[in-house]
Parts: sequence; structure tokens; C-alpha cells
Amino acid sequence: MEFFFQLVASGAAIGGVYALVGLGLVLIYKATGVLNIAQGSVLMLMAFITYSFSVQLGLPFYLAVVFSLLVSMLIGVLIERVCLRPMIGQPLFSTIMMTIGVMLVFQSIPVMIWGTSLKSYPEYLPQKSYNVGGVLISSDYLWGFIISLCLFSVFFLYFRYSRSGIVMRAVADDQQAAQSMGVNISRISAIAWAFSCLVAAAGGIVLATVTSVGIFLSPIGLKAWPAVIIGGLDSIAGALLGGVIVGVLEGLSGGYLEQSFMGIKEVAPYFILLIILLIKPYGLFGLKRIERI
Amino acid sequence: MKRLPSGVYNETYAQDMAVLRTKAHWGFAITGFLAAASLPLWLSPSLLQVVIKIAIYILAGIGLNILVGQAGQISMAHAGFMAVGAYTSAIVNNAGLPFILGIFCGGFFAGGVGIVVGFPSLRIKGYYLILATMAAQFIVIYIIENWTGLTGGMFGISAGRPVLFGLDFGSDPVMYEIVLLFLLAGTAFAQNLTRTRTGRAFIALRDNDLAAEVMGINIARYKLIAFFIGCFYAGVAGALIAHWMGAITTHLFGMSLSIWLLAYILIGGLGSNVGPFLGVPLLVLISELLTLMTSSLSMSFPWLLTTIVPLHDLIYGVAIMFFLIFEPRGLAHRWSIFKVSYRLWPFSY
Repeated sequence: MEFFFQLVASGAAIGGVYALVGLGLVLIYKATGVLNIAQGSVLMLMAFITYSFSVQLGLPFYLAVVFSLLVSMLIGVLIERVCLRPMIGQPLFSTIMMTIGVMLVFQSIPVMIWGTSLKSYPEYLPQKSYNVGGVLISSDYLWGFIISLCLFSVFFLYFRYSRSGIVMRAVADDQQAAQSMGVNISRISAIAWAFSCLVAAAGGIVLATVTSVGIFLSPIGLKAWPAVIIGGLDSIAGALLGGVIVGVLEGLSGGYLEQSFMGIKEVAPYFILLIILLIKPYGLFGLKRIERI
Repeated sequence: MKRLPSGVYNETYAQDMAVLRTKAHWGFAITGFLAAASLPLWLSPSLLQVVIKIAIYILAGIGLNILVGQAGQISMAHAGFMAVGAYTSAIVNNAGLPFILGIFCGGFFAGGVGIVVGFPSLRIKGYYLILATMAAQFIVIYIIENWTGLTGGMFGISAGRPVLFGLDFGSDPVMYEIVLLFLLAGTAFAQNLTRTRTGRAFIALRDNDLAAEVMGINIARYKLIAFFIGCFYAGVAGALIAHWMGAITTHLFGMSLSIWLLAYILIGGLGSNVGPFLGVPLLVLISELLTLMTSSLSMSFPWLLTTIVPLHDLIYGVAIMFFLIFEPRGLAHRWSIFKVSYRLWPFSY
């Protein structure tokens, strides 16, 4: 039983990162109605840029994090202006392919600059394990989960109480109505992209601290998709729950099924994704669009 | 509407419906086909391999174009369906049946899997459908890799040489002619499908499914038909790859191939039957050129290797973005502009 709780705890901790990346997807989807396939590659790029700031330029780690968060917001605004702005009014396939194009570009640039070898950050967290109710959790995971939760609460409160958060929800609900109330839609979507890339950068730094910096980070970003679909594409709380569900499932299937089914850990979230889509097509908390077909 | 060259009139219904209308059309088509069929005579063996690859990818691209460009059901699992076709054909052929039967079995089985994957499309669309097909891609590859008894797992499977009536068709030139025949049949089918009730139903479905439903189109049925046809093409293309290469692993059919196929039809021109013929050669030639560059430069400049290998993805990504912004209708649109202008040349109308 202890093994079980151990798996659940470490899975939930990784799930926190998935939820964080998923939060970035939900932010953009809520504000602009675009699903950003490039999220995983932005995450990888930002992990590498943080590495550059802290190791190659020799900045103190916390300063490096601040700088790379700023850079990430800049990248977000840039993606929105250069790539997604011309896609307004185009069919869904065009926006999907555009984010795929961004993904291909952002996946290849780090390899060209930093190469394929694994790198790691200087140690900035105390290296010890905490005993929580008989379950050992390493401090990396615990801090990662705490940071994710903090960012989550910040964005949750932001959407609920701040002026621009409410405006963003209005834009997501009905662009035309929001525009006629005097909302500057292009500014809102730029803000959404900036926040989303910021969240991706935070997720990337947390993930790279737990593991290391390398090109394998980009496919890990893919795991956020099952998470947001399970939770529903337009629900922040759903992203959190979905992320934790995906993380725990991954941990459990890795622990119990790996002997009989090799590699099940990687596909388990997608099995769940298909089942959930068949039962609840808009996820657990997603907004149902009523259509009679 | 199609503009005809001056002096050509439609006088009968058959003339109006003909794909190839004029004698010049027929001339071009037959010469073109003969020229394509004679390629093995004057191409070097390594270049012929590239041409075979292009032809097979065009076949897969036509299928994806029917599914995505015409029926509007975006699938990110096309490479997975190709894998299904390839493995089915290899297994059928290894059981002692002729390879032609294997190819068709591959096509039909991939189509069947496509229908199963298409079932979620009855309830979901848009991004949810894209993620469902992406899940299908991962799951198909996972099942193939882990069903070791049947598929050989990670080590792949060997597909028999193409043998028909006791003759060995295994050499590349003959394999090329076989692929070309399949491509001809596939193109003719796709071109005619566009003009049937089914093809028009696909387009109605893509443009507005609610309106299509009101017009009396059975949405569920046509979505599944689109998945079947698209995946049938993928299965046949995958089976051809299996018999051409002789041995396959799942690495040939990864997620990246699914994405590249989408890029091919996007750059070629979405929903146009000419599209895959323009998009696939362009991008495959670029990637072959990069591969050539990598292998020749890696000897003298090993450090360049890490720069050139990701260059492939970078070029694809930039090409996708460029076409989406500046020519969303793809190369096929340019081609049709060119066609109209040369038909009426030197007069403007």
C-alpha cells in the first residue's frame, strides 16, 4: 500500500506541472479560441533560455528566472502578432497548422543553439526528502507542486476578480459583444499569449529542475493536452484536476503495468483521453456547446 | 467556374462532365503518364528511390486531402493508418498470400480502423477531434509495438518481395511502375469522387455541417465514409512502403510523418486534387537535399551535423507559416492561375 501512495504522490507532483502547462493552453483557448500546439516547444525553449541565463551568462538563478519569464512574455506577444494575427477569420485548420509550424520552429532552434546533450541547472533547492504521512517526497517535486499551485491560485483569482481577467472571459464568451462594449480585443489576445508563454516558462523551469534540460522536454509538454481535454478545454479548475489525474495515472500505470505492458506509461493518458471523449465529449468541466446533430 | 480555351464548347452532357476535355488534354495526360512511367530508364537508382517515395506519399496525401481538405475532418493519425496498412499487408503476405491481395487487405483494414477512430467524430469536432486522432496515432503505434507475436515488436517485420504469378517484381524500377499504377487509379478515383454525391456531401459537411444536415445529408454516414476512404488510401500507401522497403519498423510511421503529411497537403493546396502532386515533391525534395547535405558534410565538418539536422524541421515550420500567411490556398491556387492565363494567352479574355 505504501508503494501505491508513493506512486500517487510522485504522480500528483508531476501532474502539477502538466496542469501548469495545461493552464497555458486554457488561457489562450479561453481568450482567443485557439489551441496552442506549440506549448510544449515553448516550454522547452524557455527551459534552455533559463539555462543560458543562469549557467552560460552566470547570473544568479532567481535573476535568470525573472529574465526568462520576461523573455517568455515577449515571445508570446511575438507569436500572437506575427503568426496568429493573420489567422483571424481563417478556418480552424489554418490556426492548427500555424501553431504546428511554430512548434516545428521552436523545436529545432534549441537543438541548433544548445545541441542535444542534457544539461542541468545549478542546485537552488535544498536536496532532501520530506516524509509526508509515511510517503517520501523529494523536495524538487514538492516545490514544483507548490509553485504550480501558487500560479494556479494567482490565475484563478485573476480571472475571477481583476478587471482584465473579467474582460478576457468576456472576449472568450463572445468576441463581438465584448468589442461593442469597448474591449480592445487585439490587446487582450496579446496579453493572453504573454501569460500563456509565461506559464509555459514556469512549467519548463520546474520540470527542468525535477529532471534536466534537454530536447525530451518538448514531448512532455504534449501530456498537457490529455490533461486539458479531460478537464475541459475552457476550465481552469478542470486543467488542474486533469493534470493531476494524468500524472497519477501515469505513475500508477508505470508502477503496476510496466512489467506486462512495456511503455504503457506513455500511452495511458491517451487511452483515458479517448474514453473520456466518448463519454463526455467536452471534458469533465468543459462548456457544452449545445448542438442537435 | 472553369474557363475553357477559346473555340472549345460544351455541346453534350458527356462533354461537360469529362475530366479530360480536349485532344490537347488527352495528349498531355498520355505523354505525361508515359514520361512518368519511363523515369526508371534514365534516372539513377538513388534518384528513383526518391521518386518512389514521392509517389507513395502523394498517394497517402490524396487520401488525407479527401479526409481533411474535402470532408473537413482533421486527422493527425494518418501515419498510424499507414502503419496499420503496412503491417497488415506484410502479415498477409508472410502468410503466403499474393502481395496484391496483401495491399488491398492493408487498405481495407486501415479503412476499418479509420472507421473505429472516426466514431468519436460523430460527437466531437474541431480541437477535440484533433486530439482524439492524435491519441489514436499514439495508441495504434503502441499496439503495434507491443503485439510482439504478430508484428515483431520493436524489431519490425519483414515484408515479402512483390511476387505475382511466380515472377519477382522486387526490383526498384518494377516496384515504381506498380506504385505508379496505384497512383493513377487513386488519382482517377479521387478526381471522380469530388464530382459525385458523396464528394459534394463531403464539401457541404466541411463548410457547414448543420446546413448539410438540413439539406438531408446523413452526417454520421458521410463522416465515416470520409474516414474510410482517407484511411484506405493511407493503408494502401503504407502497404506499398512495406513491400518496397522489404522490412519496416514503427519508426517509419511516427507522429512526425502525420504532421508532415498535413504540411504536404497544406502547401500543395487544401481540398484540391492537384495539391498533393505539387506539395509532396517540393517538400520531399527539400528533405532529401538536406539528408544528402548532412551525409556529405558530416565527413568533413562533424560539428555542422547538429545544425543541419534540425534545419529540416525549421524549414518545414517556416514553409507552413509562410504559406498560411501569404498563400493559404497553396500551390494549387498558383497553378490554376497559371492555367487560366496560358489557356487564353496571348489574349486576356
